[in-house]
Amino acid sequence: MLRERIQSSNYSFIDKLRSIDYLLILLIIAIGSISVFAIYSTEGGKFSFYTKNHIIRLSVFFSLFLVLSFVRVSTWYKNAYLFYIVGLVLLITVLFFGISASGATRWINLYFLNLQPSELMKIAVIICFARYYHRIQSSDIQSYKFLIQPIILLIIPCYLVIQQPDLGTSILIAGSGIAIIWLAGLNIKYFVYSGLLLLVSLPFVISVLKPYQKSRILTFFNPDRDPLGAGYQIIQSKIAIGSGGFFGKGYLKGTQSYLEFLPEKHTDFIFTLFSEEFGFLGSIILLLLYILLIYRIINVGLVSRSFFAKLYCFGFATAIFLYVFVNIAMVLGMLPIVGAPLPIMSYGGSSLLSIMLGLSIVMSCKIYNQEQISVY
Amino acid sequence: MLNRGRNIEKGRVITRRMFILAAAKILLFAGISSRLYNLQISDREKYEILSDKNRIREWKTPPQRGIIVDNFNKVLASNDRVFQLHLILDEINDFDVTIFKIKNIIGLDQFEIKKLYKKKERLKPWDTLVVSDNLTWEQFSKINLYLHELEGAKPVLSTSRFYPYANDLAHIVGYVGDASPKDLEKPEIKENFVPGLKVGKYGIENSQEKMLIGNYGIKRYEVNASGKRISQIDYIKERQGNKVNLTIDIEIQKYAQELLKGKAGSICAMDIYTGEVVTMASSPTYDPNKFTHGINQKDWQEIKNNPLKPLINKSIAGLYSPGSTFKPLVALAALEYGILDPNKTIRCKGHKHPYELYGVKYHCWKKEGHGYMKLRNAIKQSCDIYFYEMARLLGVDKLSIIAKRYGLGTNVLGDLYNDEKNGLVPDTKWKRRALEQSWYLGETVINGIGQGYIQTTPLQLCLMTAQIANGGYKIKPHIIKDESINYKDVINKIKLDQSNFPLHEKNYLDDIKVEFYQRMYHKKSNINFVLDAMFGSTNEQYGTSYKSRYDDPKYQFAGKTGTSQVRRITDLDRELDLDTDQIEYKKRDHALYVAFAPYKDPRYAISVIIEHGGSGSKAAAPLASKLIKRIIDRHKLREQFNNGNTSLA
Repeated sequence: MLRERIQSSNYSFIDKLRSIDYLLILLIIAIGSISVFAIYSTEGGKFSFYTKNHIIRLSVFFSLFLVLSFVRVSTWYKNAYLFYIVGLVLLITVLFFGISASGATRWINLYFLNLQPSELMKIAVIICFARYYHRIQSSDIQSYKFLIQPIILLIIPCYLVIQQPDLGTSILIAGSGIAIIWLAGLNIKYFVYSGLLLLVSLPFVISVLKPYQKSRILTFFNPDRDPLGAGYQIIQSKIAIGSGGFFGKGYLKGTQSYLEFLPEKHTDFIFTLFSEEFGFLGSIILLLLYILLIYRIINVGLVSRSFFAKLYCFGFATAIFLYVFVNIAMVLGMLPIVGAPLPIMSYGGSSLLSIMLGLSIVMSCKIYNQEQISVY
Repeated sequence: MLNRGRNIEKGRVITRRMFILAAAKILLFAGISSRLYNLQISDREKYEILSDKNRIREWKTPPQRGIIVDNFNKVLASNDRVFQLHLILDEINDFDVTIFKIKNIIGLDQFEIKKLYKKKERLKPWDTLVVSDNLTWEQFSKINLYLHELEGAKPVLSTSRFYPYANDLAHIVGYVGDASPKDLEKPEIKENFVPGLKVGKYGIENSQEKMLIGNYGIKRYEVNASGKRISQIDYIKERQGNKVNLTIDIEIQKYAQELLKGKAGSICAMDIYTGEVVTMASSPTYDPNKFTHGINQKDWQEIKNNPLKPLINKSIAGLYSPGSTFKPLVALAALEYGILDPNKTIRCKGHKHPYELYGVKYHCWKKEGHGYMKLRNAIKQSCDIYFYEMARLLGVDKLSIIAKRYGLGTNVLGDLYNDEKNGLVPDTKWKRRALEQSWYLGETVINGIGQGYIQTTPLQLCLMTAQIANGGYKIKPHIIKDESINYKDVINKIKLDQSNFPLHEKNYLDDIKVEFYQRMYHKKSNINFVLDAMFGSTNEQYGTSYKSRYDDPKYQFAGKTGTSQVRRITDLDRELDLDTDQIEYKKRDHALYVAFAPYKDPRYAISVIIEHGGSGSKAAAPLASKLIKRIIDRHKLREQFNNGNTSLA
């Protein structure tokens, strides 16, 4: 065994400032600003509750992001499992003490914020898996002994989240976890086999879904099945986006959302509103901002020395991609409505908190990119 | 070192896999972009339309109904201001509570409330419920006082149909009411209908719907997903229906109705050249205003149960045997066909020696008989015996040709009134077809005095008289002003024709079709003979309407009385010879009178029918006399007005 020295003491504050990824910060600010304008628009151009709250949260969590960015990556590494355990405890707390809204129990009342632990779990799984695969030798990765552990670690939170019920978040958690297992180098055949297995078991999976989830999936395949019920959201969202055209209807002029045809326009359907008002051009620009964001995160991974940092950054980038893709594909009618927020854009404290937390770990990877992390 | 090598290998795997993932991400983002392109650029138009449909909702606003005016542009049917209470359903949280409050404020009864709930069920949640379309001023001001407590309530100033002459025109103008499902099948209503719009139910209101209904306006509002109005973005103004101009003179009409007050019957008058109906009164009548907002049960029962049947438009839907008023036409037919020499003398010997045919006795109305009669005298004194014999000689088929030509047996006003009757002019063919029996000569004989199968409406009798009075020219009776014809030319042409005796190719004794404003007679002298005999009937001693005459040539008229039996007269009746008021109302004869005036240069024809009025000379002729004076007094005014001098209005 080789003991590697931790070189962190060598970093001066100036060095740290120099190695900050300013482009990444700029992208966060850009998307954050766009989100403020979008949420301002959902309120019909009035500066009120949602806008105010969103601005406060953005500034608080952005500051938190800046502060946490200077936490050593090794600290994150050391506390990765703890993070996971805290997440799990919170999820179990939700099970017993959670507060409910519209038929789902997803939140814990923290007085200043209704915390949604499943959102934190998205990051916790990534960081936990990154640590797990950091210490495993590549020769061991393919062995069942080392495969079974992350699968159990993944199934527990997924199961808990599905129970809330929250299919969307559960899929996103599973997706990020699987992404890291993939990145770590697990043989492709496992993915192929489990994919086939999923296909075979799909009828069974559907049979255990809640009626509203089933209806959402059926409606996805045919939105006109129930145009005023489950299909309403998809149809209205498509109408809003389609009627936006190339340049959009103009800021604060999105009739679909302004006239309240859009459901959940400040959360899951924020992209619809944005796309209606800013059109194809605006949507592509926003999409490019997200691509750039993902690219910058991947870039941090590429320049990091430790496997932990690499795995984390690539995993988190993939998670961000998944969130963005699932959300936009959903509002475009390409995926069933499962309830997945658009990172940073959507109104919602927990989601924003977990994204900012995730980003601060990325930034910490960047700042301490030369840090070697001992296996133990 | 081994470890290091492994670590390098591990790092490579991670990076390779990351690039594979990145490639997948790029692919999926490309998928999203192309979807966006599809929605926002390729299918943009489709979604734009859907979006507009979503956010724009239309409300139709009811048009004002066209007004109806009389010959002198006096308004007969207008749109009056009414106070209404509307409820905007989507602004109401608790319908029950609101209705309860309204009930207490304006005082609705249980029945009305039930109706409101029923009405509400048929409406969409964003529709407007009309609680009352005709509030009193008191109710309206009370509602305004409590308005802050009534969510969704909207006091509305609206218009509704108003008939200023109420009862005087019910049968001509008709009335409006809520549209029935059957009304909604009519294209003119279907195309222009707005919930709550009143549509014509009878008369001109009904038949001229296309003219009167107008076009609804459209208010487009931007609405939100629950249908709440956000702002008005478009307003296409409604168009009021067109004016309908009648030929009726409301002054004459009013007077005619007044003359008929307390009686059941009809008075019609028309211009004998233009065919313009000046009055078409029917009695008893009713107030059409009561129907506009739905007639109440009490009023309806009163109208329905009136034994004199106010709902029947007696001028066109009442069928009567013409009685002796038919005699001028019988005489004309006999003369035209050359059946008899007007100087032929027949003796009327009274009830003791009635006219006999195949053992059946036919009595004259005059118990003591008329003595020796020539045709002119027989018309003048209305001797039945003379006409029995004349009809027998003439035959029913020839009589029917002439009777039909002069306007009997077909409806007069076309499809203006859905209840107008055709009447019946019998002939042998008709009887064989309709009753599958052959014709008896005895039926011809009673047909000669206007009894038997023959059935006419008062307006037909008026038309018949008009077409004899104008010298035997076919006219086109109408009640809605016809601007397409220059009547001055028509009158001049007919008058020129009368004096010139031009040759006509047609054989007027055949059953031919005659064009409007063309002559219908075979020999002018025959017409003149009949007109002269009618003059005698009114203006010479022993004439049946001698008492109603005017000596002033300005008003002097010529006419023919008629008394139409409503039942068979038995020998016992003849013995008793009761006065009219001694007979049970239902069994009394109908009194009829037809006339034209002034005798020199006639212009108007009139028919009067008083149901169960007794004799024509006593009950009908005096009314005609009074009305003729009024019509002639107003003639100059009418002429001036119709010739474009509208300043007199």
